[in-house]
Amino acid sequence: MALLTCENLSLGYENNVVVKDLSFQVDAGDYLAIVGENGSGKSTLMKTVLGLIKPLFGKITFGEGLKKNEIGYLPQQTVVQKDFPASVWEVVLSGCLSKMGMRPFYSKEEKRLARENMRKMGVTSFEKRSYKELSGGQQQRVLLARALCATEKLILLDEPVSGLDPKVTAEMYETIKELNDGGTAIIMISHDVGAAIKYANKILHVAGNVFFGSTDEYLQSAAGKRFLAVTEEKYD
Amino acid sequence: MTEFFAYFQFPFVRYALIVGTLIALCSSLLGVTLVLRRFSFIGDGLSHVAFGAMAVAAIVGITNEMLLAMPVTIVCAVLLLKSGRNAKIKGDAAVAMISVGALAIGYLLMNVFPTSSNVSADVCTTLFGSMSILTLTNFEVWLCAGISVAVVVIYTIFYNKIFAVTFDESFSKATGVKSDAYNLVIAIVTAIVIVLAMKLVGSLLISALIIFPALSAMRVFKNFLSVTIASAVISVVCSITGILASILLKTPVGPTIVIADIVTFAGFFLAGMIKGAKRV
Repeated sequence: MALLTCENLSLGYENNVVVKDLSFQVDAGDYLAIVGENGSGKSTLMKTVLGLIKPLFGKITFGEGLKKNEIGYLPQQTVVQKDFPASVWEVVLSGCLSKMGMRPFYSKEEKRLARENMRKMGVTSFEKRSYKELSGGQQQRVLLARALCATEKLILLDEPVSGLDPKVTAEMYETIKELNDGGTAIIMISHDVGAAIKYANKILHVAGNVFFGSTDEYLQSAAGKRFLAVTEEKYD
Repeated sequence: MTEFFAYFQFPFVRYALIVGTLIALCSSLLGVTLVLRRFSFIGDGLSHVAFGAMAVAAIVGITNEMLLAMPVTIVCAVLLLKSGRNAKIKGDAAVAMISVGALAIGYLLMNVFPTSSNVSADVCTTLFGSMSILTLTNFEVWLCAGISVAVVVIYTIFYNKIFAVTFDESFSKATGVKSDAYNLVIAIVTAIVIVLAMKLVGSLLISALIIFPALSAMRVFKNFLSVTIASAVISVVCSITGILASILLKTPVGPTIVIADIVTFAGFFLAGMIKGAKRV
């Protein structure tokens, strides 16, 4: 039984179908990279998996005791957050909210969890600082710590390195890899096919022809070869 | 000075101070989340809705205007805040639409079916606030106190949820937080506070009570808890100062409070600049 199984998904908004016939699954410990061009439906897919929008057709099932709301999420930055007065501690702690139910305040256990995840992500030293004053890389670490407070089973990352410089990008990928090695399944949306091939063990290419398989299979596939040719040109 | 203290002999002055303080407290609490969600203008919009509804109530002959104004405003608040970011007409446009529309309907109805001889004075009173805060009845003071206590209690209970939903709605929703329910709570409380606040400063000046304290606090404070507390303190202090000043200087109550808020904002703006400069 997989953590997450998607069968014959059709995604989109109202009458506008973005992706058709998408099937894939994520097992415990997997590192799935979702790649594809802009507008191919990567973000729509992620929102559907998170339950923010409903699939037009098809089925999403959760397994191995993973509940629908036990998915951690690293969203892209919103405009609101750019000038939001919030300390790092407040942001990380808010990841525990889904565990609270109707209880109004955080328990000792939840505060301990937040502290532990801040330590894991190396953001403890600036717990009192304002989130908006941090660098892009530090902000992403804070949001990762928050996601870890929500769950340790499965984390979805939406373009986790967008806007980061190459050094911080590499560090971010290493951090994600360490999380994955620690047993957290990862789903990452990325433009960066190079990194996807380097770190992920499964790849979902959302495009005209959907590809889903292991990273090795992807390298042999037509879609993979075409995409690689383009990106290699860019990097050379 | 003795003349100043003599004013406190009058119950209406004490009532005005109590009610003014309470409304300032409630609106400043909500202001923080509304400003951060880019809904600064909702105070203006919803108060125009309340104005329209009160005009209709007066014409239809409902003696207690609140009975109609309150539910109508709540419905509009829910529609505006709930559909929020996914709406077909985006937040600011939707607020502007409802605001202008309700104002037009209210004014038109008041002109076509005049209930008193001086329509423009009536409109002016509703929009800019009147001396109505000085003519409060005992019942209104208790009602206002009761609602204010309820707002503060609700805000405290939902404080952590309001923070999470305001900071990152997608994350909250994705991790199973009932964002829609909390948005609904915020919308209803906002509507109630606005209809109440109309009594104090009038429809056009409600926005000031909602946005100024929050914006002032954000100049200097950098985390959510301190911004919330500072905003409440600033609002209460400005309100009391404004009411007292208006009595002494014989100026209209609402605008005087807003002037106090503007002066405070300028002060905090400077303080924030100095604080920022020191750090660099």
